[in-house]
Amino acid sequence: MLILNCPYCGVDAEETELTAGGEAHIKRHGPGSSDDEFHDYLFMRENPKGVHFERWRHSNGCGKWFHAARCTATLEVFGTYSAQTTEPPKEIREAISAKRPGWKWREFE
Amino acid sequence: MSEPISALNHASYDGIARIEECGLQGMITLRGDLSGKVVIKAVKDATGQKMPGQREAHVDGETGVCWMSPDELLVLVPYAEVEAKLAAMKDALGGVHALAVNVSDARAVFRVSGASAREVLAKVAPVDLSRDAFQPGQIRRSRLAQVAGAFWMDGEDDFRVVCFRSAADYVFKLLKVAAQPGSEVGVY
Amino acid sequence: MSTRLANQGRLIDRSKQVTFTFNGKTMQGYEGDTLASALLANDQMMVGRSFKYHRPRGIVASGAEEPNALVGLGEGSRFEPNQRTTTTELFDGLKAESQNHWPSLEHDIGVVNNYVARFLPSGFYYKTFIHPKPFWKHVYEPIIRQSAGLGKAPDKETRDADTYEHFYAFVDVLVIGGGVAGLQAAKVAAKSGAKVMLIEQTAHWGGRAPVDGGTIDGEPVDKFVEQTVSELEAMDNVTLRLRCMGAGVYDHGYALGYERISDHTPGAQGPRHRLWRIRAKQIVTATGAIERPLSFAGNDVPGVMLASAMRDYVVNWGVTPGERVIVATNNDDAYRTAITLKKAGVDVLRILDARDSAGPLADEARGLGIRVDPGKAIAKVKGGKRVKKVAICNQNGIGGAREEVECDAVAMSGGWSPVVHLWSHCGGKLIWDEANAHFRPDPDRPPLGANGEGFVVAAGSANGPLSLGDVLTDAQAAGAAAAKGAGFKAKAGKAPVGETTAEAPMEAVWLMPANAEVQLRMKSWLDFQNDVKVSDVQLAAREGYESVEHTKRYTTLGMATDQGKLSNINGLAILADSLDAEIPKVGTTTFRPPYTPISMGAIAGEARGEVFQPIRRTPMHDWHDRSGADWEPVGQWRRPYAYVRPGETVHDAVNREVKNTRENLGLLDASTLGKLIVKGPDAGKFLDMMYTNMMSTLKVGKCRYGLMCSENGFLIDDGVVARIDEDTWLCHTTTGGAERIHAHMEEWLQTEWWDWKVYVANVTEQYAQVAVVGPNARKVLEKLGGMDVSREALPFMEWRDGQIGGFDCRAYRISFSGELSYEIAVPASQGQAFWDALMEAGKEFGVMPYGTECLHILRAEKGFIMIGDETDGTVIPQDLGLHWAISKKKEDFLGKRAQERSHMTDPDRWKLVGLETVDGSVLPDGAYAVGEGVNANGQRNMIGRVTSTYYSANLGRGIAMGLVKHGPDRMGEVIEFPGTDGKIYKAKIVDPVFYDKDGEKQNV
Repeated sequence: MLILNCPYCGVDAEETELTAGGEAHIKRHGPGSSDDEFHDYLFMRENPKGVHFERWRHSNGCGKWFHAARCTATLEVFGTYSAQTTEPPKEIREAISAKRPGWKWREFE
Repeated sequence: MSEPISALNHASYDGIARIEECGLQGMITLRGDLSGKVVIKAVKDATGQKMPGQREAHVDGETGVCWMSPDELLVLVPYAEVEAKLAAMKDALGGVHALAVNVSDARAVFRVSGASAREVLAKVAPVDLSRDAFQPGQIRRSRLAQVAGAFWMDGEDDFRVVCFRSAADYVFKLLKVAAQPGSEVGVY
Repeated sequence: MSTRLANQGRLIDRSKQVTFTFNGKTMQGYEGDTLASALLANDQMMVGRSFKYHRPRGIVASGAEEPNALVGLGEGSRFEPNQRTTTTELFDGLKAESQNHWPSLEHDIGVVNNYVARFLPSGFYYKTFIHPKPFWKHVYEPIIRQSAGLGKAPDKETRDADTYEHFYAFVDVLVIGGGVAGLQAAKVAAKSGAKVMLIEQTAHWGGRAPVDGGTIDGEPVDKFVEQTVSELEAMDNVTLRLRCMGAGVYDHGYALGYERISDHTPGAQGPRHRLWRIRAKQIVTATGAIERPLSFAGNDVPGVMLASAMRDYVVNWGVTPGERVIVATNNDDAYRTAITLKKAGVDVLRILDARDSAGPLADEARGLGIRVDPGKAIAKVKGGKRVKKVAICNQNGIGGAREEVECDAVAMSGGWSPVVHLWSHCGGKLIWDEANAHFRPDPDRPPLGANGEGFVVAAGSANGPLSLGDVLTDAQAAGAAAAKGAGFKAKAGKAPVGETTAEAPMEAVWLMPANAEVQLRMKSWLDFQNDVKVSDVQLAAREGYESVEHTKRYTTLGMATDQGKLSNINGLAILADSLDAEIPKVGTTTFRPPYTPISMGAIAGEARGEVFQPIRRTPMHDWHDRSGADWEPVGQWRRPYAYVRPGETVHDAVNREVKNTRENLGLLDASTLGKLIVKGPDAGKFLDMMYTNMMSTLKVGKCRYGLMCSENGFLIDDGVVARIDEDTWLCHTTTGGAERIHAHMEEWLQTEWWDWKVYVANVTEQYAQVAVVGPNARKVLEKLGGMDVSREALPFMEWRDGQIGGFDCRAYRISFSGELSYEIAVPASQGQAFWDALMEAGKEFGVMPYGTECLHILRAEKGFIMIGDETDGTVIPQDLGLHWAISKKKEDFLGKRAQERSHMTDPDRWKLVGLETVDGSVLPDGAYAVGEGVNANGQRNMIGRVTSTYYSANLGRGIAMGLVKHGPDRMGEVIEFPGTDGKIYKAKIVDPVFYDKDGEKQNV
């Protein structure tokens, strides 16, 4: 059972306080987008063994959404960060590079 | 208007801790920029309290203010004064983007007190309730077994627990089980 | 015979006699006994029968690893099957019953399986119960069910008399196991300042070191234990817990401790078990080691016991399992048992050592006059319900040239295996230790925590070392490593010096004798509880089961309640040998929590009876309950389905409510509907994205019905939205939807449009809301007085703040029934008083409360959809004919793009229609309509399904709604719905509005 630090209220929250929200940093496509773009937006997801970026909500807590970078194989958590960003911040990417040199995830590395 | 009645109308129970429903408490959910001068002043005017920092609760009896999230406070005022305080607060907040709303009747409040109060809470919330981890002046939002709840300490061995009004009966029964005689854990 | 000795027994108090019963027979024991030691003291060698062959079985072990001695414990509301006698503390009045036999332990019919054992090899059930197919239901399954399981489940009417609880604990270092290693590791960690919790599954500190002897810093082990415990007790940062088993280790330092608070004092005040949900930065597993049995023929006869267990019974409880004992071993440690027995006055006839030579303990044994036979083995143990003779042979042979010796107990030792379960639960890897022939934790591959570092350290014999000195040195290092891992500085310090007699190396013995012939292998048990023999594993290997996990499932090796604690390594070795592979290549099966079975009560904790799950109550809940409410769960809420009067059926009540609401006046508790305040300069823009229709243009004081879709285009919620002021809206959600839709709004505000200035608050429970419905609705409100609720002052789809009957309220003129209808919201704390006032004032207008079924029928008569009935997560608003509620002006809203996808615009999508049975009967809920032809699977093609179906008392017939292919184009057509009752229901496709088609009644 995971523990993730909520960057909004500072609590090291165990999983029973949290709700998982799927993959992070997905760009919304609305009216005007092509069928392929919209299809990918709705359905195409990463399924990595290793570094992954996810959305979580501190639902039994401060109610805020946040992002987590973690390893799906070892469950190592590289960091949690604000939901108000479209890409992983530099310090998170660096923290991952320190532990998993050469990592890649979608367009990030 | 008729006499307002709280969810459990002051029900109480004595076990390894005393559980009592506190009756009606005036509560205002205030959302806004907590670092903004207008919001800080509105809180001060309503409660006499300073703006709480992350997970802080500045509470004195029926009056106070609790940090709920980076943009949300729970403002406590005596039940009879809530409409007047809310109106004043809305006035004061007129110029800024903020939301103040009366939630007094949407909640139930319990007092859990006595030597084993920490242990009773630690049976239902996944929270470190040891003395070095949780102290008066702090608030924690978490879950109480299967429902959402929040609690702070008014003093050593003295908790106030807030939950949704519809869950009051569940939380009361839950706390009664957790406080049943002979269930002291002996760690706090 | 097994008997109580005149001396020894460090754990019993001979001054306190305890009376208990076994199979109805009254027996005596002492305080401090386990049920197992007390049974042995009463010469109860046979304590149960095995699972498959019903062979007589006795006590093999002295702790959690016991596979045989399981009993039904207690009676009535405190009865529990499959309780291990070895971990059951004796108490006055204890009642135990042996298991898996009929009619009695001594005379058992099922033992016939034993005599046909050669026809019941591994895989027998898989191979046999296949054909003919119809036999399954009527012959095979009943037989298998009859013979399956060990103990009896409590009867279904019985309720557990006890309570249980959870406790959340947070520590720096959790030490699991209170033997000398655990104590020392805890002490080292605690001295660093770390917050330490030490848990021990038995009622005593010290583990087995006090039994095995030796000295620590020159003093007896008992003294070290006593001193260390008192030192730990004196430290504020240490929590000590006896009778608390480390049940499992999970991700990110989560561990479960299973505390048995009152198993030994049943009926005591307080919870029976407590499940500790512990978060530890570091975990030390000081879980000790378990002795392995030897695989020889008849190793399951009552009286054959692990050598260490026999030693435990003598030293701890002053009981000897036999008076003439033979010891079989492949290591020096078993000599300690022989010496202990001899010194206690028991005849030790032989020590059969499979090796050619032994260490100094052998000299000591010889010095006591015990005959030591090197290179010898047990060919077979003879005896049925207890050991009678042992046939002795050479270890290197097939079991011939035997000498028979009469005896009444056999002590066996095949070496020691570290208890690696907790290390392994969360991914810790093992390495094979050739010298000791066991798997031990690989310190380079520990379970990894949230920071990517190892969070489990094994200590003492759980880590491999077996001698007292090595155990203490290892524990010292483990305690320091754990403290360091938790962020503390531990002083290196010197470990206490443990001294015991040096031991010669053991030699792996996986079969005794080494080349035992098949008749012997067929009686050499690996898994006592599940009746798996050496020959079964060999058969599995021959039949192609190369993976240890497959072999486990094929043979059931290690699948019993003891999870292979004794059988695991022996079984692996046999498999490896059969496959001609190395043991580490074959590997182990997966270790899964819990370490030993834990009670269902402990898992549930407080969640039973009244607090099994939260039941949400409106302010008027108690009134409903007093007034005949037949409750319906709606999410966690309970809503009255109908108010049943004396003499009425539920159906009668519903029909009465339906007619009365249409003809007079009905009251509905609508407090459960979600109410969300949405406020801010961008609130209008935001709601235009949330709803399919336009909310930004709604005028202050007015209401609008809105639909919400997911990004997939599917309808997820609906409700009436009211504009409160220039930048504030109040959104009603469905009963189950308040929290879900609140979270949905917050998700979009926090993660997509975080620059939009909008705040949302859930005020659902601030209000008690009452729907006042029916032709007399206005009259009752006017009688109460206050707000002007006339047609002119409060038109349809508007709201006003004011007072009614002296209650501050907000009145919405909205209708979900097609009747003249107001929904009045008052503060929740006055909900009951307001309801009472309406009931009182409504008497002259024929007021009756109505429930959710009436609500459903009224809305269905009007063709109004219900989220969850007409929608199921695959339905878009267009399917339901709700085009009028989908804005064509808006560039974007959630779901808009999805609704343009080809599948969503397919003209073949099933569409909402009304359905009228030809004969007026009620269509079965969820029934499918069948069309022409068959699909690829040969099933009839489906052309639609029923989404809502009711008996309408107002129309005197069944009415229904459904989704039908090309439905709106097929008005008047009759289609067929085959029911599960075998009948074909015929229904005509009609307009979904059955009642007051022009909507005149709600507009008066």
